[in-house]
Amino acid sequence: MGNWVVNHWFSVLFLAVWLGLNVFLFVDAFLKYETADRYYYTRKILGSTLACARASALCLNFNSMLILLPVCRSLLSFLRGTCSFCSRTLRKQLDHNLTFHKLVAYMICLHTAIHIIAHLFNFDRYSRSRQATDGSLVSILSSLSHDETKGGSWLNPIQFRNMTVEYVTFTSIAGLTGVIMTIALILMVTSATEFIRRSYFEVFWYTHHLFIFYILGLGIHGIGGIVRGQTEESINEGHPHKCAEYFEMWNNHDCRCRRPEFEGQPPESWKWILAPVILYICERILRFYRSQQKVVITKVVMHPSKVLELQMNKRGFSMEVGQYIFVNCPSISPLEWHPFTLTSAPEEDFFSIHIRAAGDWTENLIRAFEQQYSPIPRIEVDGPFGTASEDVFQYEVAVLVGAGIGVTPFASILKSIWYKFQCADHNLKTKKVGHAALNFDKATDILTGLKQKTSFGRPMWDNEFSTIATSHPKSVVGVFLCGPQTLAKSLRKCCHRYSSLDPRKVQFYFNKENF
Amino acid sequence: MGQIEWAMWANEQALASGLILITGGIVATAGRFTQWYFGAYSIVAGVFVCLLEYPRGKRKKGSTMERWGQKYMTSVVKLFGPLTRNYYVRAVLHLLLSVPAGFLLATILGTACLAIASGIYLLAAVRGEQWTPIEPKPRERPQIGGTIKQPPSNPPPRPPAEARKKPSEEEEATAAGGSPGGPQANPIPVTDEVV
Repeated sequence: MGNWVVNHWFSVLFLAVWLGLNVFLFVDAFLKYETADRYYYTRKILGSTLACARASALCLNFNSMLILLPVCRSLLSFLRGTCSFCSRTLRKQLDHNLTFHKLVAYMICLHTAIHIIAHLFNFDRYSRSRQATDGSLVSILSSLSHDETKGGSWLNPIQFRNMTVEYVTFTSIAGLTGVIMTIALILMVTSATEFIRRSYFEVFWYTHHLFIFYILGLGIHGIGGIVRGQTEESINEGHPHKCAEYFEMWNNHDCRCRRPEFEGQPPESWKWILAPVILYICERILRFYRSQQKVVITKVVMHPSKVLELQMNKRGFSMEVGQYIFVNCPSISPLEWHPFTLTSAPEEDFFSIHIRAAGDWTENLIRAFEQQYSPIPRIEVDGPFGTASEDVFQYEVAVLVGAGIGVTPFASILKSIWYKFQCADHNLKTKKVGHAALNFDKATDILTGLKQKTSFGRPMWDNEFSTIATSHPKSVVGVFLCGPQTLAKSLRKCCHRYSSLDPRKVQFYFNKENF
Repeated sequence: MGQIEWAMWANEQALASGLILITGGIVATAGRFTQWYFGAYSIVAGVFVCLLEYPRGKRKKGSTMERWGQKYMTSVVKLFGPLTRNYYVRAVLHLLLSVPAGFLLATILGTACLAIASGIYLLAAVRGEQWTPIEPKPRERPQIGGTIKQPPSNPPPRPPAEARKKPSEEEEATAAGGSPGGPQANPIPVTDEVV
C-alpha cells in the first residue's frame, strides 16, 4: 500500500482536486439557486429541481471545458518538452491524458443525466402550472404575458395552455440543441467502449467526431434565456418576501406590489468552452500543417509474420527514443490517422516504423506496399509525440518488457544506447539494460538483429525482480512495458512488492505505454 | 471499413437505449407526469431490450470479450433460434418497441437511441451478419512446465526460420549497408561475444 502511494500520489492529488472542484461547483450553484431572491418566484413553480438543473449545468460547463484539453497531443508534447526540469512524476501524469479524458467523459454523462431528469420535472411543473385554473400564485405567474409590447416579461416558457412539453422542447433552441447534444454524446460513448475501439477502430474514430455537434450545441444551448429570474428593479419595487402573499392584488392599482417582471439569463457556456475550442482548432491546424510536409520513403522491408518496416525521411524531423508518430495513407483512407512507435534511434539518419497487420487499415497498407509494380503509396506523418520511453535514460537501471509488436519502442531505445556507448555519451545514466522480448513464434529479434542472450519460455517475474533488487540495492530501476493489460498487472505488482519503502534503497518505477 | 461488424456496435447502442428507456420510464412514473403510463411501458420495454441485448454475439474474426455473467442469458436467447439470430427481426422489433415511448418527453430519448440501434442492426442484416452465441470453452487442464520450450538445436549465429532457405552468406553480411532485403543492416559490425 505504501509503495502504491509513493508511485501514484500525484495522480491521486490531481483527481482529488478535480473531484473537489466538481463537488464545490455543484453545491455552490445549487445553494445559489435555492436561496437567491431572484429566483423566488421561479422556485414557487419549479421547486428544488431548478437548482439541481442549474448546478449540473455548471458542472457540465466545467467538464466540457476540460474534455478537449487532454486530446491536444501537440500541446501536451510541448509541455512535456518544456518541463524537462519538472520531476518525473509530473511528466508521467501527461501519459495518462486519455484516462483523464475518459473520466471527464463519464462525469459529463452523469451530469447530463441529472440535468435532463431535473429539466423533465421542470417542464412538467411548468406545464401543470400553465394549465392550472385555480387562481393560485403559480397560475398567475404562468399567465404573465409573452407579449413584449404589453410590458410583459414572462416566467413560464410554455405560452399557451394547449402547448405540450414535447412541442416546447422541439421548438425551443435549448430543447432542440439539448436533444441533439445528448444523442451525439450517447453515440460517442457507445462507439468508444473498449471492445468497439479495439476491434473496429474506424467506427470509434469517425463517430467520435460527433463532438462537433456537442460543442456547437453547447455554445448556443442557453441563447433562448428560458431560465428566468426577477429583474433588479422589480425586486426593488416589491421584494418577493413582502409581495408574494398579496399576489391576488397585483392587478389592483392601489396595491403597493406590482406584477413581478422577469428576464432570462444570458448564455454562459460559451465562456467556458471558447478557449479550449480555440486550442483544439490550433491543434488540428498544426496536425494538418505538419502532415502536409513531404515524407520520402527510403526503404521498405517486409518481415516475417506480416510485419512491414518503413524507413522514411522528413525535413525538420527530430525525435527522441520511444516516441511515436501518427501515420496517414490518403490512398487507403483519407481521414484516418494511426499511431506507430518509432523503431529507429535518433542517431540514425532516417526514422522507421514497424507495422503489424492488425485490422483493416494495416492490412490494406501492407498489401499496398507488397505490390511490386505499382508506385509506392504516399504517406503523411504527424509527430513525433512523446511517451514514457523518453525517461528510460534517466534511470540507472532499466528493465524493458515488450510483448509481440510491443517490442517496438524498446528497439529504438536499445539502438540508441548502442550508439551512445559507441560515442561515449556521458549523459547516459543508464548503466545496465535488460530486455525481455516475448516473441510468440520466432527465436530471434527481427527488429534490432542484436545478438542477445536468449531465454525460452515465459519469465518468472518474481525471480527476475528479486535478482535485480539484490544486485542493485541502491538504484532507481525503471520498468517499462509495452504489452497487454494482464502483463501490466503482474509487473506492477512486482514493482510494488520489490520496491523498498526506504526511498534511498532500490525503487522500482513502473511505466506503461498505451494507445 | 470492410471488416466492421456493425452488429457489435448496434448491440452496444441497443443496450444503452434499454438503460435510457428504463431511466426515463422511472422518472416519468415516479413523477406522475402527464400520460405517465407510457413511462411504465418504457420500463418494461427497456428491461426486455436489456435482457435481449446483454449476451454479446460471437465475432466472425478474432476473440470476443464476454460480458460478465452473460452465459445465463445466452442460453435463453439461443432458444428462440432464428428469431434472435436474424438481425432483420431485431431491427424491426427495436423499431416497433421504440414507437410507444416516443409519446412522452421523458422517454423520447430512449426512442431516438433505440431507433438508431435499429438502423444499425438493419445495416448489419443487409451485410449478412448473424448472432452466434458464445459457447463456453472446455476448461483446459493446466500443464506443468507447459511454458518451458526446448532451446534451438543449432548453434549461433541463427538466422530466422524464413531466411534459412536463403544462402548462409546473408547472415555474415553484417557490415554497414548490408543486404537490402535482410532483417537489419547493422551500422557497426557486430561480433558475437560468447558469454
